[in-house]
Amino acid sequence: MNKKSFGDRLVAAPYLVWSAIFIIVPLLIMVYFALTDANGVFTLSNFSQIGRYKKAFGVSILYAAAATVITLLLSYPTAYFMTKLKVSSQRMLFMIVMIPMWMNFLIRTYSWVTILEDNGLINSFLRSIGLLELLNVDNLRLIRTPGAVILGMVYDFIPFMILPIYSVMSKIDKSLLEAAEDLGSDSLSKFRRVIFPLSQPGVISGITMVFVPSVSTFYISKMLGDKTTLIGDSIEFLFTALEPDYNVGSAISLLLMLMILVCMFIMNRFSDNEGGGVLM
Amino acid sequence: MENENIVELKNISVAFDGEQVLDGLNLEIKDREFITLLGPSGCGKTTTLRLIAGFLEPDSGEILFEGKKINGVPAYKRQVNTIFQRYALFPHLNVYENIAFGLRVKKRPESEIKEKVAEMLRLVNLTGLEKRHVDTLSGGQQQRVAIARAIANHPKVLLLDEPLAALDLKLRKDMQKELKKIQQQLGITFIFVTHDQEEALTMSDRVVVMDAGRIQQVGTPQDIYNEPRNAFVADFIGESNIVDGKMLRDYYVEFSSQRFDCLDKGFEPDEAVDVVVRPEDVDIVEPEKGMLKGEVTSVAFLGVHYEIIVDIGGFKWMIQTTDEHFAGDTVGLYIEPDAIHIMKKSEYSGLYGDYSSYSEEIDHLSDTGEEE
Repeated sequence: MNKKSFGDRLVAAPYLVWSAIFIIVPLLIMVYFALTDANGVFTLSNFSQIGRYKKAFGVSILYAAAATVITLLLSYPTAYFMTKLKVSSQRMLFMIVMIPMWMNFLIRTYSWVTILEDNGLINSFLRSIGLLELLNVDNLRLIRTPGAVILGMVYDFIPFMILPIYSVMSKIDKSLLEAAEDLGSDSLSKFRRVIFPLSQPGVISGITMVFVPSVSTFYISKMLGDKTTLIGDSIEFLFTALEPDYNVGSAISLLLMLMILVCMFIMNRFSDNEGGGVLM
Repeated sequence: MENENIVELKNISVAFDGEQVLDGLNLEIKDREFITLLGPSGCGKTTTLRLIAGFLEPDSGEILFEGKKINGVPAYKRQVNTIFQRYALFPHLNVYENIAFGLRVKKRPESEIKEKVAEMLRLVNLTGLEKRHVDTLSGGQQQRVAIARAIANHPKVLLLDEPLAALDLKLRKDMQKELKKIQQQLGITFIFVTHDQEEALTMSDRVVVMDAGRIQQVGTPQDIYNEPRNAFVADFIGESNIVDGKMLRDYYVEFSSQRFDCLDKGFEPDEAVDVVVRPEDVDIVEPEKGMLKGEVTSVAFLGVHYEIIVDIGGFKWMIQTTDEHFAGDTVGLYIEPDAIHIMKKSEYSGLYGDYSSYSEEIDHLSDTGEEE
């Protein structure tokens, strides 16, 4: 037993070292900065300054929540219809969902700038068909709006919603659907009573995987947003400003992380320990 | 009214990817009977059940329910319920909600559901487990929930797709009795699918033996066992020695170079036939008193009896006897006229009923999970 676990530990060692260096150590550094002042002396004053970022926190949560809801509304039916297709079509659609993820999403966000900007694709098109003239405006304000930010979030993170829902749904035992039909369920009742409840673990992990990156994003709002600052922007600014404040930046990051952890904990309670904690 | 047909299958054919699964199947199922579709895997028995349930449509042929054609009627509108091979219980619902599922779909009032579920739980001996999650139940308990869930809907016909295959032997025996009891108590038609011939014989009013998408024989368990119609049925149901014979005239047959009185008639003079003799119907006697003489080549002790293989003119017979014999003994065989069953030659002639490769046959049997 001991021998075996020693061998196991030996095999696991590189991974442990790797996680220590790239996960644990950065986290500890963050905690250290959050709890010290510029001179490295222990203090809680960093947290007392977070009050100034109340609005950024609020807006971030609001935007991320909106993006998550929209993503869910788009993804759930998509995933459902994917499972209804032939296997070969399913595979192709799966690829189409995956392909954008192969590209850096900074670049993908840039592409939305060219589409939405004042002389971008949409405005040029509307101008060419004379609609802008009709409305008596130079252009529609598409970019630099909250809508553009939420759109960016939805676009960037939608694969993270579709894939878990699709994978949970496609694994539902076909005989359960036959059983429901056998017991008198038409397609609607089959969906409501069997498919929907059994797909919840996928929904839960999809929500987590979209909400978490949305709430902490900074470049989407920077590129597509107006002057409204999200909490991610604030953190970025604190670290990259001419006179950076690592301490307050770390304190905000720590708080954000704790909030996300609490959210995920609550979500996992909802999913009733049925493999809902895919992410955790 | 007792003998009215509840389900009729008329000239049903089904092919999957060009492979014929059912080939011109005709079957009439009587109201309130316990009928079993029996056959090896791939014989089309489960396909037949799925046609009746409505999960599958035939390529050609008609399905009648109470005299009315139900081709194209979706499963959820048919008055039949199924017990699935792996139970297919809903993992997100507890025992109570699983059983209540069909009633909720039909929007029955809560008071009726409560009463009905309680009644079902009593019927299958699960009272007190209402709140349990189905994952926490044993295989036997899950089986009972599946039964309760199906019959809570008052189906006119209950379809059972190898429902006992996943249970261990002891539990299987108990459930066989219990299912039979439930069927008699409720007075509904059971259509039961199995590859276990013993299960089919003990439970059924009638057995339908199937192979290669066709019905080989339909009859009571006694008919099927005592008067198999061809070598396939004789071999699949119990053990059989099947030898080539010649019907010299009515009630008189020749096989293994000897002539025997028998009880069969209606064949052409000198018609070639298959002769079936069950291993338990052969008496072992002194060599000189036997109708046939041979040498014992192997002996196996099975508890209740010995199973011995006797070589008679190169053909190996299996004989079951309570007396001990030893390999190398020369013995005589005595066969009563009523132990000799004559069958017409069929496509299965010559394929079964010779025990010269007996050990291989045992392997084959355990492959299909036929016996333990």
